[in-house]
Amino acid sequence: MTALVEETVVARTREATLLELRQLSVEYAVGDRPVRAVDGVDLEIRAGEIVGLAGESGCGKTTVANAVLQILRPPARVVGGSVLFRGEDLVGKSTEELRRFRWRNVSMVFQSAMNALNPVMRVGDQFADMMRAHERISKRRALAAAADLLELVGIDRRRLRAYPHELSGGMRQRVIIAMALALEPELVILDEPTTALDVVVQREILQQVQDLQRKLRFAVLFITHDLSLLLEVAHRIAIMYAGELVETAPAERLAANAQHPYTQGLLQSFPPLGGPLTRLTGIPGSPPDLRDPPSGCRFHPRCPHCRPDDIVLYLRQTGERPLLREIEAGHQVACHLVAGGEE
Amino acid sequence: MSAAAPLEVRDLTKRFPVGNALRRAHVHAVDDVSFELRPGTITALVGESGSGKSTVARLLARLYDPSEGAVLFEGSDVSRVRRRRDVLRYRSKVQIIFQDPFGSLNPVKTIRHHVERPLRIHRIVPRAQVEEHAHELLRTVGLVPAEEVAAKYPHELSGGQRQRVAIARALAVEPKVVLADEPTSMLDVSIRIGILNLMLKLKEEREIAFLYVTHDLASARYVADDILVMYAGQIVERGPVEQVLAEPLHPYTRLLLAAVPDPAKKAERIEPRKGLAAAAVDPPDGCRFLTRCPLAIDVCSRITPPLVEAQPAQSARCHVTAPST
Repeated sequence: MTALVEETVVARTREATLLELRQLSVEYAVGDRPVRAVDGVDLEIRAGEIVGLAGESGCGKTTVANAVLQILRPPARVVGGSVLFRGEDLVGKSTEELRRFRWRNVSMVFQSAMNALNPVMRVGDQFADMMRAHERISKRRALAAAADLLELVGIDRRRLRAYPHELSGGMRQRVIIAMALALEPELVILDEPTTALDVVVQREILQQVQDLQRKLRFAVLFITHDLSLLLEVAHRIAIMYAGELVETAPAERLAANAQHPYTQGLLQSFPPLGGPLTRLTGIPGSPPDLRDPPSGCRFHPRCPHCRPDDIVLYLRQTGERPLLREIEAGHQVACHLVAGGEE
Repeated sequence: MSAAAPLEVRDLTKRFPVGNALRRAHVHAVDDVSFELRPGTITALVGESGSGKSTVARLLARLYDPSEGAVLFEGSDVSRVRRRRDVLRYRSKVQIIFQDPFGSLNPVKTIRHHVERPLRIHRIVPRAQVEEHAHELLRTVGLVPAEEVAAKYPHELSGGQRQRVAIARALAVEPKVVLADEPTSMLDVSIRIGILNLMLKLKEEREIAFLYVTHDLASARYVADDILVMYAGQIVERGPVEQVLAEPLHPYTRLLLAAVPDPAKKAERIEPRKGLAAAAVDPPDGCRFLTRCPLAIDVCSRITPPLVEAQPAQSARCHVTAPST
């Protein structure tokens, strides 16, 4: 079993890079001082890979997703870096080029997407509208394709005639996922797809996404604040804090051997269902105000390992920004405490 | 625990009318629910959306009138008290914390206003001491420096901090019972544990009886002593939390357990749903979990299973795993 998993990981690393973020930076121009919500993020997603992006509210996860789709609206704008999709930079493309690219190449399921359906339009018509905006296809054929998609996500095809309010929250969420898959995109971005749903529905939807991903081989960027979910579904996980990536690693490795104190804190945040119970600490404090981010390592005010005892280290932690270094193949960490590796 | 229960719920039932004059029907949101809350214990009430768990909390908070049954507070039935004075007295002993810390605080009032208001209304301390007492409450819930926090407005605080304000406000009246209706489900995972730890601290220091409404079994195990599992308006299993989660009797409890993300044991597959967890409209006799149950036998479709104590202190509503003799 383990050998098999490792083989597929190796096979996957040979897959072509689908999406590459290079030193991506996004600012929100509010007030007299712009807020840098995403600061120099490097991230790579290969074809057919599920990559998780985790972090607390306000750390910039959703802004990254919006930058990938180039749907940032003023006051937000990309101020540096590039978004390469199959080697082509999306930053600066025309509206028409982007319109053709969205849904067909990359689609997105938004946070609380179950409220994204038009309440006065039948589900089927909403599918048909979207598909006909991108492809020359008759309405009848669009509806037939939509019915197949509904079945794919486990909803009766007759529900095409339903209005959104006739469906439960979990069903609406599955309708949105089906819609995101309609044009067979190579990458699907899921932004907190199950946060508003309860555990049983969440489990059903995760299973379905995994089954579909295996069948259709699309890549997934899965964004959530709940690291316990990602450890189950993702192949690789990137941890974001205050606009920066602080650690990336394969999921199994992150679970067993997290190096960044922030990642360790996140892993310490959910109580176990079995085994001995210990008093957990979570992460003290709250994420920083990005209008005025802390100097040096942005995590240092909340970091349990940042104390003035070791003055040399302390000065580095509070004064020098740690860079993401590779400490082992595929495992990168940005922390002064972690030695070794190339920048 | 030998201490008397300050709050006892007996055969509580709440039906909401639906339909029109020609087709009158009732949603059985809460059906024949009985339990008690004891001082210094946390009782978890778990179930899916629509199972009726929030309705139970709201009935106990006197936000709804029950259709049948009684809520006994220190021995007297409070479920139908109407006089303002009596309601006030009850609310000074039983407080509720809501799920949404963004909607439960007034955006144009300072934190000081929110915490001082109950102190004044219920005349908890002499007027001259109100301010100092409010600061003390903020310190108790971990909002320091209290003087600074008190001067802020809700939008200046994070979700976790706002939920702490809601807890401080509930504590202001020195309640014996706190009803926490999904207090952490809108918060980031990293913040949740802080709120849970605060509940543990308050239970120990103040001997408060908590009802913790949640759909998260792992957090229930972390804070609670006892657990009540609700399905379609009924309690389907109850018992000490460790015991119930280690050896669940009811197939629904097993389904909930399998659904929890648990990196330690790597995804267990669950059967996709057939049927609804939500409260039923005029349900027929028989087990309400029937359509989703892998264990169902003939009798399940005909007779509603009673809550049977099949293990010491652990009961379930199931003909198969907790048969009545």
